[in-house]
Formats: sequence, C-alpha cells, structure tokens
Amino acid sequence: MAPVGGIARQPRGFGVLLVLAALAPAVVVVYAMLSDLFMGSNWLGADPVKSGEHLLGEWTLRLLFGTLLITPLRRVTGWNWLAKHRRTLGLFAFAYVSLHLLTWTLLDVQIGISEYVGWADIKKDILKRPFITIGMLAFLLMVPLAVTSTKKMIARLGKNWRKLHRLVYVIPVLGVVHYWMAVKLDITEPAIYALFLAGLLYWRARQARITRAAATVPSPAETVAA
Amino acid sequence: MTRSALPSSEITPESVYLDRRRFLAAAGVLGAGLVVAPALGACAPAAADASQQGSLGTPYGLQPYDKPNSYEDVTSYNNFYEFGTGKEDPKANAQQFTTKPWTVKVEGLVSKPGDYQLEDFLKPSKMEDRIYRMRCVEAWSMVIPWRGVPLADVIRRAGPTSAAKYVEFTTLYDPKRMPGQGMRYLDWPYNEGLRLDEAMHPLAMLVTGVYGRDLPNQNGAPLRLVVPWKYGFKGIKSIVRIRLTSAMPKTAWSEAIPSEYGFYANVNPEVDHPRWSQATERRIGQFRRIPTLMFNGYADQVASLYSGMDLRRNY
Repeated sequence: MAPVGGIARQPRGFGVLLVLAALAPAVVVVYAMLSDLFMGSNWLGADPVKSGEHLLGEWTLRLLFGTLLITPLRRVTGWNWLAKHRRTLGLFAFAYVSLHLLTWTLLDVQIGISEYVGWADIKKDILKRPFITIGMLAFLLMVPLAVTSTKKMIARLGKNWRKLHRLVYVIPVLGVVHYWMAVKLDITEPAIYALFLAGLLYWRARQARITRAAATVPSPAETVAA
Repeated sequence: MTRSALPSSEITPESVYLDRRRFLAAAGVLGAGLVVAPALGACAPAAADASQQGSLGTPYGLQPYDKPNSYEDVTSYNNFYEFGTGKEDPKANAQQFTTKPWTVKVEGLVSKPGDYQLEDFLKPSKMEDRIYRMRCVEAWSMVIPWRGVPLADVIRRAGPTSAAKYVEFTTLYDPKRMPGQGMRYLDWPYNEGLRLDEAMHPLAMLVTGVYGRDLPNQNGAPLRLVVPWKYGFKGIKSIVRIRLTSAMPKTAWSEAIPSEYGFYANVNPEVDHPRWSQATERRIGQFRRIPTLMFNGYADQVASLYSGMDLRRNY
C-alpha cells in the first residue's frame, strides 16, 4: 500500500518524542501524588493515593492498546517504520503497571510501612479478591514479555518468541476485566476501554481470517472474478 | 445523650467546654490577651486539645490522634451518586441545586403524620455542633464537625405507634435537579433505613450543617442523616421523607449489590468487604493507615444494640 501523506520514512526525532510523550504522564502523576502526600499540595484531590493509583492503571491500559494499534496503523497509513516503536510502548506499559503495583503495595496497602498491615494481608488480597487476582496475573504475564524484549532474546527464542508474545492479546483483556471488577457501580469508563479493545481485537481476528484465506489456493470462481 | 454513655477520657466535659467559652468571652471583653495564656495553662493538658476543637463542636468518641479534616476536604470529596459517581463530582455538579423551599413528609406508623417545611420541622429542637468520626465502606475516613439535631427528637415528636419497628428515609427524586438520577446506577430514589432503636440512639443525628455553616449542596443539603457507627453510605442525603414501618425497609445499596452491602452496615474491622479488607482505613489528609475500630469507635455506646446478633451474617 502506498504511504499516506508522503511519510514513508520516520520523521526525524520521532523516537525521542514518543519516549517523552510516554514518560510525561508518569512523571506528572508520581510527582503530583508525592507532592500531595508529603508537601501539602492539592493536585489530585483529597485522596491522592487512590487518584494516582487509578491514573497509573489507566495509562497502563492506554499503552497496551498503543502496542495493539501499531499494526492497524501501519496497514492504513503504510508507515511501516512504526513497527519498531511497539517495543517502546510495551516496555512503557510494563513500567506503568510496575508503578501502579508499587503505589498499591507501598502507598495504598502500605506493606512494610504501616504497622497494621502485614504480608498476610496482601497475600489474602491477591488470593481471595478476584479483581486483584486477575490484575496480578496480568502483571505476571507481562514480566516474561519485558524480559524477552531485547534483540538478543528475540534471536535466541526464534519461533517461540512470536508464540510467547501472543500474550499481548490476553494481557489487556485481563487488564480491562480487572478495571471493570474494581469499580463499584458506574462501569462507564471500563466499558469504553472494553469497547476500544474489542475493536482492536476484532480487527486482528478479521485480518487473520483474510490472511488464512489468501494462503489457501484460490477457487476457480475467484480466479475468474479477478 | 447521657453523660455516662460517653467515653469520658476522650471528650471534653460539657462543663469545661462551657466554662472555657464563658471565660474566653469574658477575656475577650476585657481584651486581656496576656491574662488568657497563663489561665489556659492552668487547665492543661486536657483542655489544650479541646480548645482547638471547642469552636467546632463537642467531640464524640474521638481518639487521641483524631483531628477534624479541613472544610475543603469535607466538602470536596464524597460520594453522592445523585450528582455523579466520582468523588469530586458532587461538588462540581450540585452547585445549581436549590434547597429552598424544602418539605419533609413524615408518614407511616406515627400519630402525627404530615408535610413540614424544613424550618418548622427542626425548630423545636436545639441545634448542636458535634465532631464525629466518619468511616466510608471504601476504607477511607474523615473526622467531621457536623451541625444538626438528634434524630430521636424528631421521631419522638412524630409519635411512633407501638407497631413501628423501623424508620425509612428517602432522598428527593428529581432527575432534572439531580443529574446522576438520569443513570440507573441505583434504583432511585435512594432509600435508607434504621431499626427504631438505632434511630432513637442519641448519637444518630439529622444534619443541616458542617463546620458551623449550612450544609453545602454536595454534602446532602438541606437535610441528611449521620450515624457515626455505621458506614457512610447509611448517611442518606437530601431527605424528603421519613416513614415509620413495621417491616425492614429496602435500602439502596443492599438492593443494588446484596452480597456486598447489608441493611446494618455497622463499621466492623473483622468483617471484610468481599473486595477489600475493612481492618484498616486511610484517613483523608494523612498518609499512614490507621486501624478501623469496632463500631467506628462508638462500641461503648452502641454495642448493646446488637447483643446476641451474628454481625458476620448481619453485615
């Protein structure tokens, strides 16, 4: 397909810009949260821990969606240079989920900080509360993907790398389910995320079907039509 | 409330509180600031804490570490789904809400049913400023200086018949004025209920103000319930109807998610919410978690209401 808008090659500085854009929300959220907690500012409202925790979770989902958006964008625009940035977005998603988890354990549950909370409490949370179980599972599945994101690992794993990294379709589903189950009643926002994700996955499924069809020998009828 | 029912170590005796007020008033008249300092020192240390809170109201059941939250926190962070589901939504969306005139309907098993203008409804009672602990079911908490009247006063005036066992409260239903009611999060209008003996407890309050000022719309103006030993969602807001019944009333949250929210909703650190622990809480405005107390710290006063009941089952 021909490139749209004449950007067949990556514009200069795009990589740096993408990194900065992906980094900015984390810097803002973490700074605002700590400043509200310990310096008396009021960026995130009366409960900065909850606000910050939720924002980091939402940004994790956005970045995961970003990784899934690369291929459709390439198809539509022909900007094939986007492909190499999928790793950037994926690694940032992992960084955000790590911050989300750190905020939860250190600032919210306060493991190792509050004398009223112990490891038993967090174990109970993870094992007995399904929305936390699912969130934790999503995090654990992201670990091998982050570890195998280097060029060396890609080469070493060969065909298995592709298989392993199919988890990128599973992880955001778990993330959205985790979000959905965490809200009390108003599911508007998780529903928006779910809809977006459903769109991305539907596109994949359709694409896979088309590819499979093209791989089989065309029927005489199709040959004639062409 | 009877003096003996209060944890005496934790509150300012009313006599001290009044004496100091009179004393300060006198000192003010004399303009004798220099005299005040040593005189206050004489009644320290007990009075030192109380002197900060004295102007906000009488502390009830406060722990030594409890300090009232700021007016800003109290009025900008709460749940009031009639104005949106975010914690900052009520303040953002309730500003245009009008609360005058306001009629409260009293009905059901009472000898004196009727529709009352809010002012007439409250006039016979003495307004009180009381500082209470507030524990939300979501495991955060505040300390809030409320202004209002004992609920028992109002119910006594209505004259419950001998068949009355429960009190049901209902919020205004008006989706035009309460935009959140356009969404079916809950089965509007919001309903809440208490057993009659709970409602008659001297700590249960009908509230019209906070921090000595009229209740802001986002906090449930012009009339809301405050039951400090129960989770915050029992504190129904913008009340238009109080009905005495013989059967247990349906309540909004226990109808919406019966497995998570019950009729009693007593604060209980030993009974977890299915999705989170209730053993500790985060106090708004401070970082470190604090332990959640049985009946939110009011066990001495209210535990007897529930003697013999399985609180795990009656959550």
